[in-house]
Amino acid sequence: MNSLTTTENQALARAVLELDVNNHAGVMSHVVGLFSRRAYNVEAILVMPVGSGAMSRIWLLVNEDERLEQMVKQVEKLEDVLAVRRHGAEHEVFVRLEEFFV
Amino acid sequence: MSTQRPETITGAQILVRLLERQGVRTVAGIPGGAILPVYDALSKSTIHHVLARHEQGGGFMAQGMARATGVPAVCMASSGPGATNLLTAIADAKLDSIPLVAITGQVPKPMIGTDAFQEVDTYGLSIPITKHNFLVGSADELLAVIPRAFRIAASGRPGPVLVDIPKDVQNQLVEVSEWPAPGVADQIAAPDADLIASAAAMINSASRPILYLGGGVVHSGAAEAAVALAEKAGLPTVMTLMALGAMPVDHALSLGMLGMHGARCTNLALDECDLLVAVGARFDDRATGKVAGFCPQAKIIHIDIDPSELDKIKTAHVGIAGDVRTVLELLQPAIASPQRQPWLERVAHLKTEHPLRMPGIDDPRTPYGLIRAVASCLDDEATITTDVGQHQMWVAQAYPLRRPRQWLTSGGLGTMGFGMPAAIGAALAEPQRTVVCFSGDGSILMNVQELVTAAEENVNVKIVLMNNSSLGLVFQQQTLFYGERIYASKFKGMPDFIRVAEGFGVPAIDLDKESDPLAALSAALSSRGPMLIHASIAMHEQVLPMVPPGAANKEMIGG
Repeated sequence: MNSLTTTENQALARAVLELDVNNHAGVMSHVVGLFSRRAYNVEAILVMPVGSGAMSRIWLLVNEDERLEQMVKQVEKLEDVLAVRRHGAEHEVFVRLEEFFV
Repeated sequence: MSTQRPETITGAQILVRLLERQGVRTVAGIPGGAILPVYDALSKSTIHHVLARHEQGGGFMAQGMARATGVPAVCMASSGPGATNLLTAIADAKLDSIPLVAITGQVPKPMIGTDAFQEVDTYGLSIPITKHNFLVGSADELLAVIPRAFRIAASGRPGPVLVDIPKDVQNQLVEVSEWPAPGVADQIAAPDADLIASAAAMINSASRPILYLGGGVVHSGAAEAAVALAEKAGLPTVMTLMALGAMPVDHALSLGMLGMHGARCTNLALDECDLLVAVGARFDDRATGKVAGFCPQAKIIHIDIDPSELDKIKTAHVGIAGDVRTVLELLQPAIASPQRQPWLERVAHLKTEHPLRMPGIDDPRTPYGLIRAVASCLDDEATITTDVGQHQMWVAQAYPLRRPRQWLTSGGLGTMGFGMPAAIGAALAEPQRTVVCFSGDGSILMNVQELVTAAEENVNVKIVLMNNSSLGLVFQQQTLFYGERIYASKFKGMPDFIRVAEGFGVPAIDLDKESDPLAALSAALSSRGPMLIHASIAMHEQVLPMVPPGAANKEMIGG
């Protein structure tokens, strides 16, 4: 997190990205690297295997700025990313986790 | 999958067999401890291994093969420094969308993460500079990974793929009963018909349209379709550095290269256009100059195989994701051969008033004159490579490029040291051609060790070394934009390049010492085998016109 105050942070528009990915050791690096090398902060991240474990789901909470469209297109290009879905900040996946971060 | 009698073989043997099945005839690389099992298997193969003298040289040789043919090419290196030395060539392939499969040895799996001898995180290092990469966990996996690597490298927008193989995986014995089909490029989804109709309507109704061709036109084999569209629709056509050759420069509709070192008429025509049809181009900053000032009056049609290129730099009014050749071929029947006389006359006027000025074009002791003299000795079958710097821009401006894949240059990454090994690769892939590498005294030294590879392989590569005793483009920028404070760009020591070449086993001539340089050049270029042709040029010569970095394209200096 950066040095913004909580109020300032809440004022920023947020988006939640939901990625279906192949489950192997390099996938997180591929996804997170796309954001980090553009200095695009990922505010929150959550990953768990789904189904048989051959696939995982990655949830990302990101700031919604003018670069997000391009970011999503870049994520979609990754070989191990099977699908990307975009949700609004109201999505409750991270909200329900908040109790573990108090 | 093809079923055969099961055999028990090593991972290394599987790799080599898969490369053979893929149709790979030549690989370039350097062995080392962590890739020795692969080299042992390679020694029993019909694949020709070219022993580079630096892994970066090997990487650029593979690039030369891939750029000349469009087919994925292979380079190899060992772990650690072998792999890190390859990285520049891989990054270069990424930025220019060149299909490359890089195979690296890695320390045995149990030693990964122990800071073992020559261990480096090749997988991690290569993530941002590859289209995709693999760390292979078992010999079995190779059966899926290798065809997939070739498929990814060749599919859609091409690019480099790295396969890192731990030494124990190379040695692992497994039973193979079925062999996978070679990896080939995926089918590309058909473009949206409504968007094509909209694009055609925009082209038909435009008053001052320009066609803007990028490297994607070459990659897609769309040069013929692009020229046909330009002719039917009456579109003056500009090309990026990467697209040179897509439309012959002497075609009536060609405005040559746009951007930082484009002709005045080219950038001025773009400034006036009301429709820009971008095809396989990515609005690179060297092409657009200050983006806000690029084609300020124009609507934009953007056609690209990579959806992430659409709206990346400039928002398109119509963006079409698809194979550019397919899109161009679908567009053409919908074009109504509109009347463009006023615009074509205006462009002709700009060409007459503001042509590319090439002082000294008739004197082979000047940059432009030397380039034209080389061209006059060759036909369109010759392949031209360059290094990076002033010589590269002069050749881009002055060489009469007329054939797609005739022109191999490091565009996006701008890597000095690219030219000579890329020329070696091009000559290995297409030995019937003469391959000319234009280089400079700065660039040549960055992979000079590959002269011995050129001699060893006896490739038909002619290196035209334009020697201005300086890092010319740095010298030029310091002259123009840093108050003539020339620093670290003039070479004090200068190698005797004739003796350097001869020392590596490459014959050399010095045009400075020839009383008839044209005759000497002609004789040199018509000989077979490698040769270095040295020619001094004046240090003060500049590449003009020039758009100052950060300025709009119409704000050109000189020319």
